[in-house]
Amino acid sequence: MKKLILAAAIAASFPAFAQQTVKIGMPLTLSGQFADAANQMLAGARTYMRMHGDTVAGRKIELITKDVGGPAPDVAKRLSQELVVRDNVDILAGYVLTPNAMAAGDVSAEAKKFMVVMNAATSVVITKSPYMIRTSVTLPQVMETFGTWAATKGNIKQTYTMVTDYGPGHDSENAFQSAFKAAGGTVVGSVRFPVANPDFSAFVQRAKDLGPQSIFVFIPGGAQPAALGKAFAERGIDKQKTRILGSGETTAEAALKSMGDTALDIITAWHYDYTSSNPLNVKFVKEYNAVANGRNPDFFSIGGYDGMHAIYETLKKTNGKTDADTMIAAAKGLRWESPRGPMMIDPDTRDVVQNVYIRRVQKVGNELVNVVFDTVPMVKDPAGERRKQAAAKK
Amino acid sequence: MLSSLAGVLFDGFAYGMLLFLLSVGLSVTLGMMNFVNLAHYGFALVGGYAMVTLVNRFGWSFLAALPLVFLVAAAVSVVLERTLFRRFYRATDLDQCLFTIGIAFISIAVFSWFYTSEPQSVPAPFPRDKPLSALGMNFGQYRTFLIVCGLGVTALLMLLIERTRFGAQVRAAVDNQRMARGLGIDVDRAFMLTFALGGGLAGLGGALAIEIIGLEPSFALSYLLVYILIVVAVGGLGSIGGSFVAAVVLGVTDTAGKYYFPWLGSFVIYLVMVGLLMWRPLGLFGKR
Repeated sequence: MKKLILAAAIAASFPAFAQQTVKIGMPLTLSGQFADAANQMLAGARTYMRMHGDTVAGRKIELITKDVGGPAPDVAKRLSQELVVRDNVDILAGYVLTPNAMAAGDVSAEAKKFMVVMNAATSVVITKSPYMIRTSVTLPQVMETFGTWAATKGNIKQTYTMVTDYGPGHDSENAFQSAFKAAGGTVVGSVRFPVANPDFSAFVQRAKDLGPQSIFVFIPGGAQPAALGKAFAERGIDKQKTRILGSGETTAEAALKSMGDTALDIITAWHYDYTSSNPLNVKFVKEYNAVANGRNPDFFSIGGYDGMHAIYETLKKTNGKTDADTMIAAAKGLRWESPRGPMMIDPDTRDVVQNVYIRRVQKVGNELVNVVFDTVPMVKDPAGERRKQAAAKK
Repeated sequence: MLSSLAGVLFDGFAYGMLLFLLSVGLSVTLGMMNFVNLAHYGFALVGGYAMVTLVNRFGWSFLAALPLVFLVAAAVSVVLERTLFRRFYRATDLDQCLFTIGIAFISIAVFSWFYTSEPQSVPAPFPRDKPLSALGMNFGQYRTFLIVCGLGVTALLMLLIERTRFGAQVRAAVDNQRMARGLGIDVDRAFMLTFALGGGLAGLGGALAIEIIGLEPSFALSYLLVYILIVVAVGGLGSIGGSFVAAVVLGVTDTAGKYYFPWLGSFVIYLVMVGLLMWRPLGLFGKR
């Protein structure tokens, strides 16, 4: 009898307990090649919680992480499903890689769960679920802007593109080339590296033989950007005669350290750099150092940080209600100042709208820094805009 | 045209030297002890991270640190061999694979813990933008150094194996272990020293690779391990000369393939592997 009363009391207390915590399920690539990205994203999210507390609208926030292991859409889908069905999460978040985000989008749509993509940068991801927002970046947003900038303000007439042969690489190549050509530039050639490529000397030699005015590079983070940068230096590419244009990952912190002075004068377009003197960023970096054992944040971190901000602000607007329809209505049109600058969740496409910064690697003091020298403000994802127009025409 | 061919050959040969250093240890232990060590790149990581610590934390110069890196990697190999690996010498191939893959995963976690998963680097050992000029062509300083290292190590290894008593013992143990034991050769000691040598060379390779490929913990179970296994398979188990030739062939065809047929990408290396193994299933210089 006592056991029965005890059991009933525990059972009765559970619903009240469950109502208090908002559970956020995060399938992340915590092991394998993309482990660093996932760790940085998680640290960014945790930094936000450290700075703003772990309670919002009277409810406690709990992060539940799962390891996807790498680009594995079937695993990502299964883990997202398990998080929804077994762990009863209210929100799905994270998603470093595009295939994983695409697969999880189906889960978000079917189970009607608010979903925050904190990294995956391919444009179509956002169409996979009506309850999804993105707080990171889209490749067309940066690369098309860069292509237009290069051919106009950048005064660059020719380019040779070198990208890694996978989804984001193809997207960047298409985005940059189409915008560059539309703005009057010519593409003299292109090459795609295999994803698993340790040695870039052959590809760089090919580029050098053509002698183009500029070389556009897109390569995923990790050890490869530095290897490519060193290959450029070794093969004697003169950066005054041949401008090197890259994505933000080409001149990430570890890559700059590795390349040393051979990285000077590389021009990149990106949405975030930890060296920004924006006071909100200075504070963010300081808190991040404490959370991440001295590491500095990168764009994965800021995606995690702003993703948590979006969740917190949305919960404040909905007064703690976590059903997907209420949350997505509250999230659309959300505007705020982030350590990266101003940003907004587009009310129509639910995608991220932000500044694109054009930077050049320069020596500041004794360090190599991506110094911003031009800004293209509040850029909407061009691919998303084209989809909108195509749908409107119908 | 000719100068780009020479450039490609030079780059490919340097890349081949790197592959050789990374794989020669595995070839010898696999051929000698029939021990499948898929954790071999873990020793390369030991060497790489030892170099990073010595240069970045303690301010050593890259060249001065190389011999110490070899010794550290060799020491770690010996410790692991004495405590863990020797229990699996008579195990089945599958057990050895599973065990060593487990070790590789552990090594990834250990290095991530102590060094984070961020890619590591050292300041350039030689200036990157001042290539050596010869015969009207430019040769990168570091790659030249790699070739010199590779050839030097090959020469030393050949001397060791062909001209010393220890080398004779190793060759005997590779050819016929039971007979060698019967003749009173301390095969276990020869195993341990060979393992140390192989691990030390892998560590050296890992440290030398930092400037070309980079260094991060996930390398222990990445495509680099696959390339090393290809070199070992194509060269023939237990043959140093085989590893050398296979590494050079693969390095040159990979680089040349990427230069002349970039759309084929990495596939060239696999085509060459399939072709060579079909011609010589035991590897170029393999005996079994």
